[in-house]
Amino acid sequence: MAKTKNNTLKLKFDTSWSYAPAPESKSAATINKQYDLFINGEWQKPLSKKYFDTINPANEEKLSEVADAGEADVDKAVKAARNAYDKVWKKMPAKERAKYIFRIARMVQEKARELAIIESLDGGKPIKESRDFDVPTAANHFFYYAGWADKLEYAFPNRITEPLGVAGQIIPWNFPLLMAAWKIAPAIATGNTVVLKPAETTPLTALKLAEIIQESGLPPGVVNIITGAGDTGAAIVNHPDINKIAFTGSTEVGKIIQRAISGTDKKATLELGGKAANIIFEDAPIDQAVEGVINGIYFNQGHVCCAGSRLYVQESVAKLVIKKLRDRIETLIVGDPLDKNTDIGAINSRQQLETILKYISIGKKEGAEMYESSCRLPGKGFFCRPTMFTNVAQSSRIAQEEIFGPVLSILTFRTDDEVIEKANNSPYGLSAGVWTDKGSKIFNMTRRMRAGVVWANTFNKFDPSSPFGGYKESGFGREGGLHGLSAYVNIVN
Amino acid sequence: MALAKFPIKSPAVHADFSFSTHIDQVGVEERASRFTKRSIKKESKVNGLKLVLNMIDLTTLEGKDTDGKVKQLCYKAMHPHDAVAGIPTVAAICVYPSMVKVAKKALEGSGIKVASVATAFPSGQAPREIKIRDTRYAVNEGADEVDMVISRGKFHAGEYNFVFDEIASIKENCGNARLKVILETGELGTFDKVRRASDIAMHAGADFIKTSTGKIQPAATLPVTLVMLEAIRDFYYKTGKMIGMKPAGGISKSKLALHYLVMVKEVLGEDWLNNHWFRFGASSLANDVLMQIVKEKTGVYQSANYFSVD
Repeated sequence: MAKTKNNTLKLKFDTSWSYAPAPESKSAATINKQYDLFINGEWQKPLSKKYFDTINPANEEKLSEVADAGEADVDKAVKAARNAYDKVWKKMPAKERAKYIFRIARMVQEKARELAIIESLDGGKPIKESRDFDVPTAANHFFYYAGWADKLEYAFPNRITEPLGVAGQIIPWNFPLLMAAWKIAPAIATGNTVVLKPAETTPLTALKLAEIIQESGLPPGVVNIITGAGDTGAAIVNHPDINKIAFTGSTEVGKIIQRAISGTDKKATLELGGKAANIIFEDAPIDQAVEGVINGIYFNQGHVCCAGSRLYVQESVAKLVIKKLRDRIETLIVGDPLDKNTDIGAINSRQQLETILKYISIGKKEGAEMYESSCRLPGKGFFCRPTMFTNVAQSSRIAQEEIFGPVLSILTFRTDDEVIEKANNSPYGLSAGVWTDKGSKIFNMTRRMRAGVVWANTFNKFDPSSPFGGYKESGFGREGGLHGLSAYVNIVN
Repeated sequence: MALAKFPIKSPAVHADFSFSTHIDQVGVEERASRFTKRSIKKESKVNGLKLVLNMIDLTTLEGKDTDGKVKQLCYKAMHPHDAVAGIPTVAAICVYPSMVKVAKKALEGSGIKVASVATAFPSGQAPREIKIRDTRYAVNEGADEVDMVISRGKFHAGEYNFVFDEIASIKENCGNARLKVILETGELGTFDKVRRASDIAMHAGADFIKTSTGKIQPAATLPVTLVMLEAIRDFYYKTGKMIGMKPAGGISKSKLALHYLVMVKEVLGEDWLNNHWFRFGASSLANDVLMQIVKEKTGVYQSANYFSVD
């Protein structure tokens, strides 16, 4: 295999021909000064009387303020959902339900540009990603589950199913609109009603979705969207009239939820953390593998539960791969999330930036070799250079713990058995990647890998028809595809 | 012209080219499409367009080419659009060997290079001595650059050493002319083979690798060019030697040409962003670039009739 002889050679990516700023216009999006709670089809002032700010992480400016739902507000939302479930939604013919969901899907597409801008403003992700990934995939999820609504007898052949009732759904800040779609679409397609809480740092696109839902004429109370932080989430989890909890977020909170609902008859699906192994064999298509690793860890600033944050490279190609990764990192454009050329936007919050920086300093202390892009960071806002560590040991904290940022840990291996053992040696098991040109090796590896999703010669690919979920501390239950339906129905016969 | 018995002073020893790195088609196409997402506006666009124009090998390769046609094209090469100041010339004129002398004379003193196709272009189906004779003729006529084709038949038959030796022997007969090796990627079938052919050409002494003759579809594409640029990068890291790249055929719009520039910028960087190391083989691209440059200057598109057709 190719060996790098000339270690002094360097390509210059700071070129005389450069890209002019190409910012997306903010004027295409409307953000209200203040948002109330979306309960029973209308905007209601919070009984708590409290509001909190949501800011733009790229410049730390306030975007809007949103209601902070207290226990009484949660109760109101659950009552609205229960009422809608009993009186309207569960009785409605499935094909009628589907019409509403199709309508929501189309409206998400119609408002795609506005949703993308707001997603980037509120969450810090590059507009390229919100425009080309988050919003279209969200619309696809609505379309996909709208299609299933009146075909459940084919999804569960020779079985009779019924909806669970009221679902409490709590979603994270990394893919705010997309996660809302993942949660709402299968729930209402199967006849459940919903109380959904977006994350406190990124509530705006879920509230925009509430506007869309209102405009779509969906019967009041079928979807209720309420904002708040951890206490609001706890109130949803602990509410006695909730039948199902769907949570995506940290393993820590997942465990709290699991404890809270034990002894109740609430069903749950938990989609939690990850520390995915991405494995490059010496017979891999190296340049495409490098690109896949970049996409695997730096997509959405690394705020991805299935991010390929542990890279295992076979020793014979490790030097080559690392050199190529360093070159590639130099060409990533870090900066204004609204600029169409930005590859890496802002870290979602100050708190998350501090967590990432903490892990970077742990990595240095552990003796791993750090390499980061030489790019300049904007003066304001929360930014972090794409970073990678080489010479990382299996026992390093940066190889074991989820960082949830643009930080890659690189480890090496020699044999297939060794890498399987190391890859599975993690409390998590959400996703993994295998890079090899040899088909038989792919099947051998994927069968032995303890991870919910294993990508071969690609990474971070999502489709509404494909189930997603974890092993071990990455959670349980599957979302997406046919499997995603069974999380929202009881099989009664 | 007496020919020596093709002594081969190979610039590199034969490597085992069946071990060229693997290429994943889906991954390459995905990566290539990502370059097209870069937004090139305003001064970045104008500078990019001027760079593109300056990288063009203005080409005429037709059976019906005449001295008159070639002379007109040479004038266009030197004066792409005199109505607007500050427009650069193209990089070279690309013609058949029989037209080299005419082009050389017409371009005298302009600094614009004359490139000649050779080696039984475009099929390459001729014995080696004919190919060498063809090459020497072009060089003797004054060609600054020779665009040769590889023997695709031999390549498909797995005779990589034959292909290697042929390129090496043409290189030896090029004198001071720079050698561009046309892989004719449209006939190679897979990216793995494109990569292998690139490796063979570079090791055998190519100064440039080039996608296509323009006579076979598909000609240049972004993914195939990406595979070749990555081969150039790997070769550079391995040997320290820079190799030029020339996508040819099928690039007729400015926007697409700018995507190519983005790719060069992000794969090879600054050193390759000039016409010594990167070329476009194209005939109709120049006018589209001119139209865009004028549009950026005046704010309106002019009719195609305002740009000379040569």
